[in-house]
Amino acid sequence: MEWSADSLFILCAMYKRGLVQVWSLEQPEWHCKIDEGSAGLVASCWSPDGRHILNTTEFHLRVTVWSLCTKSVSYIKYPKACQQGMAFTRDGRYMALAERRDCKDFVSIFVCSDWQLLRHFDTDTQDLAGVEWAPNGCVLAVWDSCLEYKVLLYSLDGRLLSVYSAYEWSLGIKSVAWSPSSQFLAIGSYDGKVRLLNHVTWKMTTEFGHPAAISNPKTVVYREVEKSPPPGLGHLSLPPSRAGARPLTNAAASESKYEVASVPISLQTLKPAADRANPRMGVGMLAFSPDSYFLATRNDNIPNAVWVWDIQKLRLFVVLEQLCPVRSFQWDPQQPRLAICTGGNKVYLWSPAGCVSVQVPGEGDFPVLALCWHSSGDSLALLGKDHFCLCFLETSKDVGAAFGRRDSCT
Amino acid sequence: MGDWMTVTDPGLSAESQNISLYTSETKMSPSSLYSQQVLCSSIPLSKNVHSFFSAFCTEENIEQSISYLDQELTTFGFPSLYEEPKSKEAKKELNIVAVLNCMNELLVLQRKNLLAQENVETQNLKLGSDMDHLQSCYAKLKEQLEASRREIIGLQERDRQLQCKNRNLHQLLKNEKDEVQKLQNIIASRATQYNHDMKRKEREYNKLKERLHQLVMNKKDKKIAMDVLNYVGRADGKRGSWRTGKTEARNEDEMYKILLNDYEYRQKQILMENAELKKVLQQMKKEMISLLSPQKKTPRERADESTGAVISDVEEDGGELSRESMWDLSCETVREQLTNSIRKQWRILKSHVEKLDNQVSKVNLEGFNDEDVISRQDHEQETEKLELEIQQCKEMIKTQQQLLQQLATACDDDTTSLLRDCYLLEEKERLKEEWSLFKEQKKNFERERRSFTEAAIRLGLERKAFEEERASWLKQQFLNMTTFDHPNSENVKLFSAFSGSSDQDNLPVHSKQRQKKPPSTSNGSPVCTSKMTKSLPASPTLDSCQTRSCVSEHSSVSVLTVTPEEMKPDQVGRECTSQTWSVVSRPGAQPGCSVDAL
Repeated sequence: MEWSADSLFILCAMYKRGLVQVWSLEQPEWHCKIDEGSAGLVASCWSPDGRHILNTTEFHLRVTVWSLCTKSVSYIKYPKACQQGMAFTRDGRYMALAERRDCKDFVSIFVCSDWQLLRHFDTDTQDLAGVEWAPNGCVLAVWDSCLEYKVLLYSLDGRLLSVYSAYEWSLGIKSVAWSPSSQFLAIGSYDGKVRLLNHVTWKMTTEFGHPAAISNPKTVVYREVEKSPPPGLGHLSLPPSRAGARPLTNAAASESKYEVASVPISLQTLKPAADRANPRMGVGMLAFSPDSYFLATRNDNIPNAVWVWDIQKLRLFVVLEQLCPVRSFQWDPQQPRLAICTGGNKVYLWSPAGCVSVQVPGEGDFPVLALCWHSSGDSLALLGKDHFCLCFLETSKDVGAAFGRRDSCT
Repeated sequence: MGDWMTVTDPGLSAESQNISLYTSETKMSPSSLYSQQVLCSSIPLSKNVHSFFSAFCTEENIEQSISYLDQELTTFGFPSLYEEPKSKEAKKELNIVAVLNCMNELLVLQRKNLLAQENVETQNLKLGSDMDHLQSCYAKLKEQLEASRREIIGLQERDRQLQCKNRNLHQLLKNEKDEVQKLQNIIASRATQYNHDMKRKEREYNKLKERLHQLVMNKKDKKIAMDVLNYVGRADGKRGSWRTGKTEARNEDEMYKILLNDYEYRQKQILMENAELKKVLQQMKKEMISLLSPQKKTPRERADESTGAVISDVEEDGGELSRESMWDLSCETVREQLTNSIRKQWRILKSHVEKLDNQVSKVNLEGFNDEDVISRQDHEQETEKLELEIQQCKEMIKTQQQLLQQLATACDDDTTSLLRDCYLLEEKERLKEEWSLFKEQKKNFERERRSFTEAAIRLGLERKAFEEERASWLKQQFLNMTTFDHPNSENVKLFSAFSGSSDQDNLPVHSKQRQKKPPSTSNGSPVCTSKMTKSLPASPTLDSCQTRSCVSEHSSVSVLTVTPEEMKPDQVGRECTSQTWSVVSRPGAQPGCSVDAL
């Protein structure tokens, strides 16, 4: 399910039935149904102008572009079945699509306004795994699968700007992220390091390692610790939230807080199975803060910790160690504030001023499985299994001071 | 000289025949003679001399001995012993002077020879000792040589072993490298193999995809369709454009414009950065110059040199600055000049700082140093102060945390009790309101009840009155009826009147009354019954009862008793009870009435 970019339409795709339905918000009686029939449906998404729908058919046979304006259809052949084969520029003008013909990888750049093919060029990759536009829309990063560490940077007009390869033979790139100012490209790899390339020379500026033992006294390590439960069961205090009386089970569930652990400290590591594919090691999650000052990473060897790097000084700034493995984290779109969820019933917020752990109020356990910030940075949607919770953050006070809630079943 | 010695010695001694033999044989072993002579010479030649002297020259052979001596001496280079011959035939006269001279010479020679001999002997001794020393040295050296040879051999042995080891290690390293290379080759070959296989599989897969694609396209599924209610306008409100070459060109243009904009923007940024950095560098340079220029006061030569250099630099830099401000700042040469001058300044500054450091380290009691020490002390004090402050702050934070926790838990109690009170108050108020409502309602209900009861009482009274009236009226009627025999009209009147006014309850009573009336009224009964039926359509049972009662009337009176019983079950609920009530209440009345009537 996806909103269109101008928030006027909602797309609902049923992959099993090969159907896509579109609903309009302005005119409730308007409807649209796209049936792929025997072609099947594997993926469906909006184009950035909100008027075209791109359906990827089964087995990645082709990408059909359905237009809501003209009811016309276009087909794009030979799309590549890879992790991130389709990417739109931030301003929505161009789309890059990874293709594969005759055992060779190609990238096609289309103009989104009329779906004309702008550029088509081959890439020197063994098995292209993903493409991503820089936020300024002028550079396209293309990377190879994890069997080979290779990043190629192409300009908008298809010229190869640079190739970067840190090492060979070992498992390569796991995740890639552009900084919002397009100044840096962060590449996380299976050797547990993040390498930053700068946009002027496309050479490595620095590399950040993720060792299990932290010894630099300048980094602050926040460790999540369970708060001691209230003394005596007879002491049933009404919770301070306005939600009303909480049942006994939740009151017994532990609250947690952050405490600053003293350096040197060693973190919990996980040994990945050596003989299986896609091992749980390496830097799997990367995210830049909106002002490009911080980079948050997660090393899959050490799944409980989130590492925050200061990009101004190019060193490790903060490490947050949770009790459970980190599921996802996302930066506030407006300010350097990071929200983390671990699948427990708490959401964690960090900002350079400090960090806080907030329990999600509700009856019973509310496992926070995913989270999503509002674009204004004022509120946060927390998604559970079949509930979701909206968290409002007051802008005048400090982080996490006020916490409202609204429950509904999805 | 050895030979000479041998000759002279026998000449000197000239005693025994052995010695005279020796004179003839001049080349004998000098050493034995020498040693002999040495021995002889060492002993004061008191006894032997005479014997020797007498052995050579006796009184007989004076002339011979003189001539012999003369010969010998002349051969040795001495002047002749004889005088100068005056004539050929004259005898050679012995020149005593010459003899004495020769003797003196010989003595001198002897002394010399003795001295020489002594020297030689001492030298000999020396040489002997030297020889011994040298021999001992030689022996030592030989030993040392042996030892060193052995060492050398040992070291060589070790060296050989180490070299062996080294070779082994090199060999191992080579092996490892070879293995690594092999493995890499293996990996590469495997990679190519996998790639090849992958490509093959991919081609197969592509073929399948193509086939599938064909099938999908060929089928011309009517199902693949889009069903839209109506067209949606474009997001930007404009119309769509046709795809022509112009649009392609336009797209290209736009793309290049975007790229160019980006590059220009970046270039601007970089230029700004460059300008800033240049400014910073120039500032640094100026500051460095200003730092170094007050050093004119120090009497060091180097400082003078540096200041000299600085001054020259200042002049240069002044020129440079002006030049730089004139030119565009991205000039290569200008950049180089700037960096070079900064480097120079930096070097000067570094050397100056080093000098100062040396000064400080050398002199300990100068005021400068004291200042340093003091400043260090100050520094330490300050750090201590800061540490104290930090500790205090930490403690404060801890206490605050504790307080917060306490508050958090204590706050709960207070707030909860407050809240509870609040809730209770709210509830109380609500309850009060409800109570008041309830009371009002209760009052209303009471009122209503009272009114109802009053109404019921009234109703009852009215009923009673009505009953009494009816009874009286009935009596009258009955009396009237018995007097006059007009069943139809009267009955009609009766029953119409009764039917109009009476209730259902009263009617069965009435019917009973009717039934109990004697058969004199039997004529009117069917009519009555019909009337009754008309008036009472809702009670068919009554009709049947009535007919039955009528029949019973016709037949016997015993049925009368039956009918009320029959009537009772036919009537439902209230009617029954009321009926019974009415029946019961008036058991006396009716029979009384009937009795009366009868």
